[in-house]
Amino acid sequence: MGMSLMEGNEAIGRGAVAAGCNFFAGYPITPATTIYNTMLKLLPPKGGICLQGEDEIASIGFCLGAAMAGMKSMTATSGPGISLYSEQISFAIGSEIPIVIIDVQRLGPSTGSATRGADGDIQFLRWGNSGGLPVIVLAPVNVKDCYVLTMQAFNLAEKYRCPVFVAANKEISMTRETVDLEALDLPSVVERKMADANASFLPFATKDDRLVPDFLPLGGTILVRQTSSTHGPDGYITTDPEQIEKVLERLDAKIKINISEFTYYDEYVVPGADTLVIAYGVTARAAKVAVKELRQSDQSASLLIVKTLWPVPEALIREKAAPYRRVVMAEMNLGQYVRELQRVLPGKKIDFLGQMNGGMIKPGRIMEVIQSG
Amino acid sequence: MDSLLNSNRPPVFCPGCSHDRVLHALDQALIEMGFAGKDVAIVTDIGCSGLFDTFFNTHALHGLHGRALTYATGIKMARPELKVIVTMGDGGLGIGGAHVLSTCRRNIDLTLLILNNFNYGMTGGQCSSTTPQEAAVGSGFLNKLEKPIDICQVAVAAGAPMVSRVSAYQKDFVPTLKEAITFDGFSMLDIWGICPGRYTRRNKLTPKNIEATLAQLPELPDFKSRNKRMEYGKAYRQEAASQKAPSDPVPIAVTCAAPQSGRREVIILGGAGQRIITAGELLCLAGASAGCHATQKNDYPITVMRGHSISEIILSDEEIEYTGIENPAVVIALAPEGVNRRKKMLAGLPSKTHVIKAAGIELPPCQAAVTEIDFRDRKIKFQDWALTALAVLAHQSEILTMDMLKAALKLRFKQAVYETALAVVETVFAD
Ligand code: SF4
Repeated sequence: MGMSLMEGNEAIGRGAVAAGCNFFAGYPITPATTIYNTMLKLLPPKGGICLQGEDEIASIGFCLGAAMAGMKSMTATSGPGISLYSEQISFAIGSEIPIVIIDVQRLGPSTGSATRGADGDIQFLRWGNSGGLPVIVLAPVNVKDCYVLTMQAFNLAEKYRCPVFVAANKEISMTRETVDLEALDLPSVVERKMADANASFLPFATKDDRLVPDFLPLGGTILVRQTSSTHGPDGYITTDPEQIEKVLERLDAKIKINISEFTYYDEYVVPGADTLVIAYGVTARAAKVAVKELRQSDQSASLLIVKTLWPVPEALIREKAAPYRRVVMAEMNLGQYVRELQRVLPGKKIDFLGQMNGGMIKPGRIMEVIQSG
Repeated sequence: MDSLLNSNRPPVFCPGCSHDRVLHALDQALIEMGFAGKDVAIVTDIGCSGLFDTFFNTHALHGLHGRALTYATGIKMARPELKVIVTMGDGGLGIGGAHVLSTCRRNIDLTLLILNNFNYGMTGGQCSSTTPQEAAVGSGFLNKLEKPIDICQVAVAAGAPMVSRVSAYQKDFVPTLKEAITFDGFSMLDIWGICPGRYTRRNKLTPKNIEATLAQLPELPDFKSRNKRMEYGKAYRQEAASQKAPSDPVPIAVTCAAPQSGRREVIILGGAGQRIITAGELLCLAGASAGCHATQKNDYPITVMRGHSISEIILSDEEIEYTGIENPAVVIALAPEGVNRRKKMLAGLPSKTHVIKAAGIELPPCQAAVTEIDFRDRKIKFQDWALTALAVLAHQSEILTMDMLKAALKLRFKQAVYETALAVVETVFAD
């Protein structure tokens, strides 16, 4: 019944709380700061905790400690902060600590431009951990997605005990938009699966070939161990190659093999089109304008909007691209996710449009690429 | 009470390592205090002191180098009833210095044991933040060039309420540990010890001369009363309990009708202090009150009190995809700072664009229809120019109507501000 006016960052904060987030720690950085502001308003009155760390490393460290003690944690930053998180992200991956990490991307490299948007961290989010194990990255297109995908991010973090990224962009996070909150299709909230406190407990043991260990909080009645060292099921350091391999292959598999359960996407199919535009994030909106504009022309194109970027939804991309002669990819960097398309669609003609100038890619530029193939 | 040591994993320190003494003293202290394993979390850093968690049967977290205090803080905030003890070497102290300082300032109830043996034992005896300048260590001449830190002086200056220098060999070590663990707030012990595996191969250090050196150090200033205050977690919960929950976003009721349909782009070019962003928000709210979709993109420098302030607003009957301005229906030009940022766009404006500009603002030559308003002459305050421009539009039912603008003011402001804003709006009708 009526819309509200909200920026993406506020929607991320409200989505987090709707998903049960009760712990947030962050360090101010444009364009992510308003997530911290939102959490500071929302959490303390509800008995949740919102802290400001002395730096990004501390902020995510607080979150990891709180997550191990059983809380649902989130932190938010931008590219420079993701760099500082990097080692802690590796810890969360290797030691199966649920956490939601929001990256409101801004133009890099380095300090770059604090108030200009980009999608420059897309490969960084995937590969910015030591060991190179997979992570989950979701990319919102609008304020609605900011809310819903943040909820999904929490559900996935809890379910798979892993860090889950929301790869936002200044152009969504700091843009206000009308949104009908009551009309949102919200997922039900997933809670971490708890171990039976009466059975014997090993912190990283998985039952019946399942891929995710049951959880008990640090500080409860059963002793819990957590370690950043290479460990076996008991949480003690190990050098046994068989044990090591088993754990690490499980960490790889638990993210990759369930991808069909969290392949989020949208599409706009134009019958008779021979080109498929693939886009994500804010660029998907310009792409939508472009394909709508060309709908009636003899150079029409369809659109696939990928919202789960990592692991790469390979089956989806293959299936959706199959009927088309050609794929056009547009993204706000100089060629990152297009590499995945080239890998997944060998032999397919792929035309690329990249832009890194602090502005959004305009619909007109995407139309030109569609029309020039 | 039983020992909390892990009988399955006996300590593996080098023979004569003072870490072994600290380990047993800590166990003794915990036994004497009557703690069970589940009451305690041991959070360890990296290095030989980072092995502590495996030797105890308690809750345990072994994290990254220098970051132990960060996890401990998260754990303690989540579980205030848990005794959280952090072990860290002089290496962790150096790399994680920012966290040590902040934990002192925060005064959260953690006990930090710095196992200070003046070098990096595990990696080959390189210099650390506490290595004496005259010591011979694995970093060649480099340690000659850097002064060792006296962390207790630093901690006291940073606000730590319970700080003490101790030797791992002193008689009252166990009581000192107990005092630190009992302390309700942040407690830090700088525990001097011996690393026979590395440090004392090339340097002479005995329990006796540790004691002598400690005795010679300049005393800590009187800090206990100065740094005494409520523990962070308690203070946090007290403050949090008095915070009011913010209201949920209120859906905007559709009470008006928009004067035009389709996609309508408006750009407001102004300067800091002109309430440009607020005007943009008002326009979005006005649109929403007429059932339109709306987006608002703002542009201003990091220094908010000077420079440009620009707001780009789109209203549309359909969901708005691309949020950039391509064909503005209206441009409101109120300050040269904003105008200068969009010169290119202004020069290309077509005749169907309506520009409302403040008198004195220079625009690049363009086709657009320009309305000039002399705000100064009309005695309109600088910060009300943007709102007045909206009122001018509303007055002629362009983009928004007066009903829409009033609905927006009602949504955005509390009564007193609403009335002042309404008065500004209504002066437009006066002539
Ligand atoms: S290297 Fe030094 S600190 Fe490490 S166990 Fe050996 S003596 Fe102890």
